[in-house]
Amino acid sequence: MIIEYVGVKEINGSLVVIDGVKGASYEEIVDIRLDNGTVRQGRIVQIEGDRVVVQVFEGTRDLSLENSSTVLTGHPMEMPLAPEIIGRILDGAGRPIDGLGDIYPTVKRNVNGTAINPVSRIYPRNYINTGISSIDTLSTLIRGQKLPIFSGSGMKHNELAVQIVRQAQIQGADEHNFGIVFAAMGVKNDVADYFRNSFEQAGVMQRVVMFLNLSNDPIIERTLTPRCALTTAEYLAFELNMHILVIMTDMTSYAEALREFSSSKGEIPGRKGFPGYLYSDLASMYERAGMIKGSQGSVTQIPILTMPNDDITHPVPDLTGYITEGQIVLDRGLQAQGIYPPVNVLPSLSRLMKDGIGDGYTRADHAPLSNQLFASYAKVIDARSLASVIGEEELSDIDKKYIIFGREFENTFVNQGFNENRSIDQSLDLGWKLLSLLPRSELDRVDDELLDKFYDGDKS
Amino acid sequence: MAEKIYGINGPVITVRDTSSFAMMEMVYVGHERLIGEVIGINSGFTTIQCYEETTGLMPGDPVEGTHAQMNLMLGPGILDNIFDGIERPLAEIEKEAGAFINRGSAVSSLDTEREWDVTVTAKVGDELSGGMIYAATPETKLIIHKLMVPPLISGKVIEAAPDGKYKLNDTIVKLEDRFGTVHELTLCQRWPIRTPRPVAKRLTPTIPLITGQRVIDTLFPISKGGTSAIPGGFGTGKTMTQHQLAKWCDADIIVYVGCGERGNEMSQVLQEFSELIDPKTGRPLTDRTTLIANTSNMPVAAREASIYTGITLAEYYRDMGYDVAIMADSTSRWAEALREISGRLEEMPAEEGFPAYLPSRLSEFYERAGRADVLSGSKGSVTIIGAVSPQGSDFSEPVTQNTKRFTRCFWALDKSLAYARHYPAINWNDSYSEYFTDLDPWYIENYGREFVEYRSSITALLQEENRLMEIVKLIGSDVLPDDQKLIIEIAKAIRVGFLQQNAFHKDDTYVPLDKQKCMMQVILHLYQRAKEVVAENIPISRIKSQGLFEKVIKIKYDIPNDRPEMFDEYIKDIDEKIDSILS
Repeated sequence: MIIEYVGVKEINGSLVVIDGVKGASYEEIVDIRLDNGTVRQGRIVQIEGDRVVVQVFEGTRDLSLENSSTVLTGHPMEMPLAPEIIGRILDGAGRPIDGLGDIYPTVKRNVNGTAINPVSRIYPRNYINTGISSIDTLSTLIRGQKLPIFSGSGMKHNELAVQIVRQAQIQGADEHNFGIVFAAMGVKNDVADYFRNSFEQAGVMQRVVMFLNLSNDPIIERTLTPRCALTTAEYLAFELNMHILVIMTDMTSYAEALREFSSSKGEIPGRKGFPGYLYSDLASMYERAGMIKGSQGSVTQIPILTMPNDDITHPVPDLTGYITEGQIVLDRGLQAQGIYPPVNVLPSLSRLMKDGIGDGYTRADHAPLSNQLFASYAKVIDARSLASVIGEEELSDIDKKYIIFGREFENTFVNQGFNENRSIDQSLDLGWKLLSLLPRSELDRVDDELLDKFYDGDKS
Repeated sequence: MAEKIYGINGPVITVRDTSSFAMMEMVYVGHERLIGEVIGINSGFTTIQCYEETTGLMPGDPVEGTHAQMNLMLGPGILDNIFDGIERPLAEIEKEAGAFINRGSAVSSLDTEREWDVTVTAKVGDELSGGMIYAATPETKLIIHKLMVPPLISGKVIEAAPDGKYKLNDTIVKLEDRFGTVHELTLCQRWPIRTPRPVAKRLTPTIPLITGQRVIDTLFPISKGGTSAIPGGFGTGKTMTQHQLAKWCDADIIVYVGCGERGNEMSQVLQEFSELIDPKTGRPLTDRTTLIANTSNMPVAAREASIYTGITLAEYYRDMGYDVAIMADSTSRWAEALREISGRLEEMPAEEGFPAYLPSRLSEFYERAGRADVLSGSKGSVTIIGAVSPQGSDFSEPVTQNTKRFTRCFWALDKSLAYARHYPAINWNDSYSEYFTDLDPWYIENYGREFVEYRSSITALLQEENRLMEIVKLIGSDVLPDDQKLIIEIAKAIRVGFLQQNAFHKDDTYVPLDKQKCMMQVILHLYQRAKEVVAENIPISRIKSQGLFEKVIKIKYDIPNDRPEMFDEYIKDIDEKIDSILS
């Protein structure tokens, strides 16, 4: 027997309270039917006896205390899935919006997923070649990793994401078994179009699933979008054995939606008003990246987030950095110098790279080279701050060499064309060429054997 | 009779109008029998935190009490194993449920079917008190697991089984206490996680925990039974430092708690530790390690419990007379779990939303460390090394500040060092150790008074450099007089050649104390001799052009750990080159 509950007790933001509900289960999905015939979905977020609090995904516009009736569906939020989902465009809650009709599901999966057993994880060590020197050499992306891009408004993170998607190469037999799940949360219409057009131009659209929650879509639907996208990714990767790259943009919008929802629920706020469970909530998504035993596929995540006021200590980038395996940080100063991609290599890091590079993966000299580039570039920053006080002329000879090295490093190594796809050998050789600008005695991270082979000081 | 669920809010469950539960009692929630713990009782409601996802629970579902506190099964099979935050074996769960963790799993914490080779030491008629040993079994090739009388029981042995193969729940010894009650002692016992296990007497920590990491052993040593905090923003190498310590420190047993951290990291630990062979014993590191993995996406309440689970396991092995080190990565995640649950309970928050009881919980945890005469008659220790992940890399936040109050070592990781790939990125200006006075006698006895003197010299040079760098930042290093330039050069040699350590280099990843001492000696010898040159008003560039500084910096790679005699050549070489400049 299906019971309809007429009317609601209270409406507050996106939350409604309904009294007298029998048999509701936690996180169950409800259908709310309005007088005008439209149906909205909601999720039960709190139960106290027969009183339930429901979060309405499409918002509570037009809802009054009396003009609706609510039906329990008896199951948590599920995502209908079928292999045909590849190539489709869906809204933020996983419903098709490309006019190609419904998806006939072969399976349905709970969007919240369940935690991967740490014992069942395969430690990721297969590297993905992105063709971008600053990433491949210094913060290598590994299959099964979660590597966010920390950016700011107006910076070229979207271009970088598109370039990664276009150039990302998976070597070996799995080459064609590669797909992309793209989740847009609160992005502008133009940006969504930009991604769609870029994917089409690159000829990859037939292997992309897009989830679009645009900036004018209901905010609360945004809290669902990444979960729908990741559920799809897990299905494709672990059941259909595909290699899936998930791009989620913009995680800051997601976190703000969560904050809005939390404050309307009357929860005690933590830092900057974000709910105390922001870390757990973000982790429940980021941790869905990985590879598991018994499946050939992998889920790799590149979440993009804009740091409000370029502040890396803001709760969203801060907590993200604690969960993800490294980060790629974009820098406004570099972008202003016309450098693309404006990757600030010093705070950028890939935690998994140490086991995915070197002999057998990239090249034996990769690890020491990248160490040395980091260390030398860190000294460039010291030299520059000194130069800003005493002037470049007054610097010691060594410091002057560092200034030159820094300039060349930014202009030729970090900087590369939007369509330029550098092989790993090209990138590494370029790195050695740059190190040869410095005196050999400054290179303390590399042993003599490698220096003999690669260091070419004559060029300086 | 089972009570019924009234309200559900995330991991927090309420039950109305009942008096059948006790505080901290373990309960089963719902038809799937999810594990929960009673965390609040008032006249109207009993509040329960649930250790598993609560999706799908309904009001009216049963809640069943166990009349026991949240407790652990302690016995052989803990080592070389991996558990979640409430001691459920993850490998067994995998067999049961596949790659994704299911709810309400009822697998036993320890393998009840495995047979252990037990040697029974207790004889009929023996008087045994709590904590005394009645039998032993080799748990791994490395560790003898000693079976102890549960701390609160004592009595006379009235029956003892012969040596042989036994399963976990087989009775080994029967004990009759003074009230005539007979206790059957098996291979396992239970202990509540939030109660410290008793010891006979606490001891002053006078023996260092040798880690093979130069910056720690030499500059900021920790004792066996000590406490240390490793704070650092993301990417500064907290986890890496923890892994290094877990691999190389000279504790007998390692308990590694991955508390709210990354799943891939845990699989890395699993893989690395099983591949790595301990040079001292020739056995895989897993033989002495137990892992507790509660990754960040696993239920938050179990994350809160995982720290207590870890320390209880550590205390259990301490009671056998072992030196145990527990790595908690990261205690901030644990504090955040406290905050999350406190928020759901609508408690009045203190600083930054953390509950007001955060400091008392932290001190309770760190106070469970220590070296002690244990009840079984020998000595054991629990060393706690807790990583802290400060929000926004700001050390003034509550978790870091409160941790600082309760730990005696502080290894502050520094972002700018990490950016320059100076690892371990322990900042020598911000870090400290309070164990010097306790440990110096040990260092002097085993490595001579010089060791302590070298350390003071090194510290002084680094301090001096720090002061000079303030000037250099303003006016550049060229204008400094030569004696100060020399300090900057030698401090660089100390920083790069001594403090920096390469975890991926076969020799440098672990450096024994005698080599650490020789390295200090060579660096300081170079400094003393170079000072003579500068005193003669000979330009410092003459020494630099000899390549001596570079050579000293590369000692860590060039001299293998087992060839300390090679240091003599370095001293000779320095003397020859300096003499040639001076003459």
